[in-house]
Amino acid sequence: MPTPKTVLALCALLSLAACAVPGPGEAPDGIYDPQEGANRRIHAFNKRVDSALGGGGDGGASAIPAPILAGVANMADTLRTPRTVVNQVLQARLGRATRNTLRFGVNATVGIAGLFDVASGIGLPEDKSDFGETLHVWGFPEGAYIELPLIGPATEREAVGKLVDIALNPLGYVYLPSPERYYSVGIRAAGKVAERVEYGDTLDTLLYDSADSYAQTRNSYLSYRRYQLGDTETGAADYIDPEALDTEGF
Amino acid sequence: MTRHFLTRREMISGSAAAALCALVPGAALAVTAAQASALVERMLADINRVIESGKSEAAMIADFERIFRSYGDMPYIAAYAMGADGRRATPAQKKAFTNAFAGYVSRKYGKQFRKFIGGKLEIQGSKKVKNAYQVSTVALLRGQSPFDVTFFVGEKSGRFYNMYVEGVNMLLTERTEVGAMLDRRRGDIDAMIADLKRAG
Repeated sequence: MPTPKTVLALCALLSLAACAVPGPGEAPDGIYDPQEGANRRIHAFNKRVDSALGGGGDGGASAIPAPILAGVANMADTLRTPRTVVNQVLQARLGRATRNTLRFGVNATVGIAGLFDVASGIGLPEDKSDFGETLHVWGFPEGAYIELPLIGPATEREAVGKLVDIALNPLGYVYLPSPERYYSVGIRAAGKVAERVEYGDTLDTLLYDSADSYAQTRNSYLSYRRYQLGDTETGAADYIDPEALDTEGF
Repeated sequence: MTRHFLTRREMISGSAAAALCALVPGAALAVTAAQASALVERMLADINRVIESGKSEAAMIADFERIFRSYGDMPYIAAYAMGADGRRATPAQKKAFTNAFAGYVSRKYGKQFRKFIGGKLEIQGSKKVKNAYQVSTVALLRGQSPFDVTFFVGEKSGRFYNMYVEGVNMLLTERTEVGAMLDRRRGDIDAMIADLKRAG
């Protein structure tokens, strides 16, 4: 009998082999999106879910007091830190992995099970990583842009990374005993809500105030993710020439 | 309300500023890294003064538009935002677009600046990249993790022409936006300009 872990890993490997690389002219402005039609339908669905949960309005989770949201976000971050350490080791970034191990130790103890981010105050700021980044470090291409139901924007490579991360997180669903695994999933889900509130205005602008929220989400996600990864090779040239345009008449 | 906030007087001063903008870049001397950094510093100081003035939102946005027009390379930013569609625009449409666009950008980003109350942007340094200067800053806002904001100043124009917030590029974002607005109007430039006057 294959365990859930091996099934996950197999699925991930198979989909990685499918990571498409754009041919010449297939990625204008650094955007490769061959499944745009399907992606747009998923985007519309995600947007309906977001607005049903209070996105774009004043109600919903934004009514929760800021210190509680911060506490939830800190706990979710603490639960994610072991996963970050595993990935940074896989990326051969041992200094950062060590700092994150210390960060986890400090916040899980002095920070009262991760409720307070004490480590940031002593020079160990948040430094996240995931298997999507590991794949980038290992040289896998980004693949096509995709929107995942409920999860949101991703690329093929990041989607594979998310799958593998479920299996990689020592404090995730796969490894914990029965009640704890649900607490862990619950806290991380609540952490997503806290993040949605923290970046509320920015995301509201993106989703509800732009002429084409799909195109803007795609543009912002790809730029931000490449920036996070330090990837200056994929996509549009990083440099925009301030003299290379005909501005006559403007 | 910020809709239709442009009075006739502001329109006139706006077009006068646009005319000045069109004249100045050619006359300006090439800048140095220190000057680029100083320009960004002055712009940030001006923005901070407006944020802390406690004026109404409409008044603040009018101030932001003045700042944007005096520090920014408006013709370049507008031409970039219009992209390939700019080639089929008439001179009158280009002028009208630049004006509408300056108002739209000021409203859109002006609303975001309110989050900066009590926070600050710290200049980290500047470096030359080809024919532009890149001025790196870190935004320190209350209740948020610090994030990077990078400004670009043209070497020849001596003006600000692009900004990256955590890797997300203003020029590309606005070209996407204007492109989507044009698509919605089936490529009708005048209708898009009319929409732009209400957007942001």
